[in-house]
Amino acid sequence: MNATASVPGQHGATAGGPQVGRALPRTEDVRFLTGRATFVDDLKRPGQLHAVVVRSPHAHARILGIDATRALALPGVVAVYTWGDIASIAQPIPIRLAPLEGFERYLQYPLAKDRVRHVGEPVALVVADDRYVAEDALDLVDVEYDTEPPVTDVHQAEADGTLVHPDAGSNIAARYTVSRGDPDGGFSRAPYRRRETFRCHRQAALPMETRGLLAEFDAMQRVLRIWGAAKVTFFNRRWLAKVFSMEESAVELLELDVGGSFGVRGELYPEDFLVPFAALSLGRPVKWIEDRREHLLATNHSREIECTLEIACEADGRFIGLRGRVLGDLGAYVRTNGGVVPAKAAQFMPGPYRMPDCEFEVLALMTNKTPVGTYRGPGRYEANFFRERLIDLAAADLGMDPAQIRRINLIGPDEMPFPSGQLCPYEPAIEFDTGDYPMAFERALAETGYGEMLKAGNVAADGRLLGVGLACFVESSGAGPSETGRIKARPDGGIDLFTACSASGQGHETVMAQIVADVLERPVEAFTLHHGSTTLVEFGYGTYHSRAVVVGGSALHRAGEKLLAQGRAWCAQHHGIEPSMIDYRAGRFLRRADPPAAGGEPAPLHPGTFAEIAALADAGDTSAAAAIEAVAVFEVKKRTYTYGTHVAQVAVDPETAEVELLRFLAIEDIGRAVNPLLVHGQAIGAAVQGIGATFLDELVYDDSGQLVTGTLADYLVATATGFPNIEVITLEAHPSKLNPLGVKGAGEGGIVATGAALGNAVAAALAGLGVKITDLPLSPERLARAMREARTRAGAN
Amino acid sequence: MTHSIRLTVNGKRFEQVVEPRMTLADFLRETLDLTGTHLGCEHGVCGACTVLVDGRSVRGCLMYAVQADGSSVVTVEGLAERCPLNGPAVLRGETGLSVLQESFREHHALQCGFCTAGLLTTAHALLEETPDPTPDEVRHAISGNLCRCTGYVPIVEAILDAARRLREGPTA
Repeated sequence: MNATASVPGQHGATAGGPQVGRALPRTEDVRFLTGRATFVDDLKRPGQLHAVVVRSPHAHARILGIDATRALALPGVVAVYTWGDIASIAQPIPIRLAPLEGFERYLQYPLAKDRVRHVGEPVALVVADDRYVAEDALDLVDVEYDTEPPVTDVHQAEADGTLVHPDAGSNIAARYTVSRGDPDGGFSRAPYRRRETFRCHRQAALPMETRGLLAEFDAMQRVLRIWGAAKVTFFNRRWLAKVFSMEESAVELLELDVGGSFGVRGELYPEDFLVPFAALSLGRPVKWIEDRREHLLATNHSREIECTLEIACEADGRFIGLRGRVLGDLGAYVRTNGGVVPAKAAQFMPGPYRMPDCEFEVLALMTNKTPVGTYRGPGRYEANFFRERLIDLAAADLGMDPAQIRRINLIGPDEMPFPSGQLCPYEPAIEFDTGDYPMAFERALAETGYGEMLKAGNVAADGRLLGVGLACFVESSGAGPSETGRIKARPDGGIDLFTACSASGQGHETVMAQIVADVLERPVEAFTLHHGSTTLVEFGYGTYHSRAVVVGGSALHRAGEKLLAQGRAWCAQHHGIEPSMIDYRAGRFLRRADPPAAGGEPAPLHPGTFAEIAALADAGDTSAAAAIEAVAVFEVKKRTYTYGTHVAQVAVDPETAEVELLRFLAIEDIGRAVNPLLVHGQAIGAAVQGIGATFLDELVYDDSGQLVTGTLADYLVATATGFPNIEVITLEAHPSKLNPLGVKGAGEGGIVATGAALGNAVAAALAGLGVKITDLPLSPERLARAMREARTRAGAN
Repeated sequence: MTHSIRLTVNGKRFEQVVEPRMTLADFLRETLDLTGTHLGCEHGVCGACTVLVDGRSVRGCLMYAVQADGSSVVTVEGLAERCPLNGPAVLRGETGLSVLQESFREHHALQCGFCTAGLLTTAHALLEETPDPTPDEVRHAISGNLCRCTGYVPIVEAILDAARRLREGPTA
């Protein structure tokens, strides 16, 4: 699929042939287009109250006292909760991923106890009759603070002069070294080495819907229901049940429609405890909807890493190795994502190249800023920028074309599976499973006319400076441990699918139907996907790490095959035929002609469809009831890896530093596209998100630890006018061998090399001015300053 | 202190008592239960809450309900039925969607769907004024609507395609 345009005109879902691979418009769409979707703030419960969070205005302070008297006196205010109210049951926010040794000293409680550590940290919860009154009451909660100096960058953190967590004794929450090959030997014998320090900026994922929750205790069923859950509902349920001393089955997390996640939504945040706590305490439904300023202060940030990286090469440009130091700014607390961001940056540092000798020291550092979590391509966006930028610097030193140095170092198809070693301390060694990395690279060069772009020279007719940038990547998907799929047939001909994979706009309702439609040979309209509730399957791990289709889709595929086998066995028993004599076509079991040589047509069996068997089940036939439902688990032993190349061409105004993105291509091999229309949407959306982030998005803190980009007027993201020239190509060249569908994740490859390709393109454009690009973002203000400084230096020489 | 306001929303007449500080978006969502209009920032930047007031696109979070007194408001819920751009029934298909809505679906111009209402109302206002927009005109018209999922490319295509189908009429 080569798609600069979407793929209209290919619908008609009932058409014959395989459904996997068809660009079907989504079954989800109509409710969104007509305003009938249900997001959490659209839900109202009788007697519902509204909660708002009192947040710290200081980056670092001791709490001397909290007085809620004035707030409680305001008509309509029902309750104000502070640390003292939750102390007897509160547990720290748990680490779900990447638990590095030492992290247990840096955990956060849902409300601050005696010290606040970032602007926006929850200090109290106000509950009132309506949101307007609750917000009025925010200003009436009097909190007395004694401010302390904040830690606002990784160097200040590492120096350990001021401590974010005095009890822990250090701001270095974790420190480890990983390696492969012989880094000391490789670097000592290398004829060429180059070292640089790079920085990636702090970003927000910024889903359009802010977070929100509605919690209610159902006194009749004795069940706590929490709407607004997302991503990892079962994990959160387990923790909440434990904290509230309830059976897991007495806590239900319900998802509703979800307005984007990109990794940040659905993690267990302080509010995930506070809102149900208030609902349980008051015996009334309590809703909390985050506002956008809160979102920018309180929802996970990501990406902020400084990396000193050194490359070693042979004289002919063959890579020997990489070594470096990764300083990850984790913010004020270690939360659910643990050390994922810096750890993945180190693990993916070598990229898709032969890079035998590597060593990385990783430091996870605490600062008085918002805690950091995963955001689409966590660590990869950053690592790809560091490595690909350094490769271009090395290529320039060695007098090589940036394409040539990549070409001679990319892992070849004959080297698959390629062992990438154990570069992450909490994971086993990994291997890249399938792929032809040089093929995708050469295709990207051919599609963009790389040679022609270079021939155009460095100065355009209008005087702007031209640059082309390349970046290659490898990306993991389909994280374990497993996922469960359940299928049940209905007498009306419909088939219900159940998954624990939560959705946030990806189109699972359509895609999962396509997958099972091929197994059961029924039209996609026959299938209804049920998701978004902890009541549907026994357990599940959720949606992250581009795993929903890879793992959840494979589980449903297996469940479909199991259902088919059950149906065949039931028909054999019921009709008294050998199972081997039963065919299945277009949703019906048939009796094969006997002997087959007689050439007779198979005879349809009655009952012989799942609807007919389900009707018997409804009438009380227990063997039929057992035949119409199947559950299957798909376990992941190894992850599956996509790969690809991004190419960017930019024109930079030499006066204003304004960058125009003339051309951008992202190419990725995802093994197999279940729905090319949706895959295309993922790729192009991810690319624009990353391109915007590279030029615009930046969470800026001042020296006092105040976030100065606290509104969408200050925190800028891509708009429709910014980046019109985007192309994406999805390849299905090397299907995964690790799942029955052959799929690899499709959600993150579009973003992971954007910073790298754009960094290299802008660097190429400005090389003649003597500007060196080592830091993101590539904002006009930063570029203008770099250009001014370069000109001053040139003038002084 | 409260005010009594009268207005028409999606063709229905309402008379309600509101607080002066209640925004139009909150009035639509909380008082009238028209929750198709979404709030993405509540400070006028993201465009998710865009509705049509007397035919013009307006940020529901930046206008008070009392300011809409005497107006005619169209929200996403009213686009399919009320939309004069709806086109003849023959173009409408089985889904009951307007041409613009159907085009969004065909081009996969929505993923999470949270910004969609604001984009549809904004595009609707554009096409009423400019039935044959250029790609640049479309991009500028929706430049005040943030979408984090789609990268805008399919949204621009959907609007251009809808404009073409509306110009060409039922024989298209």
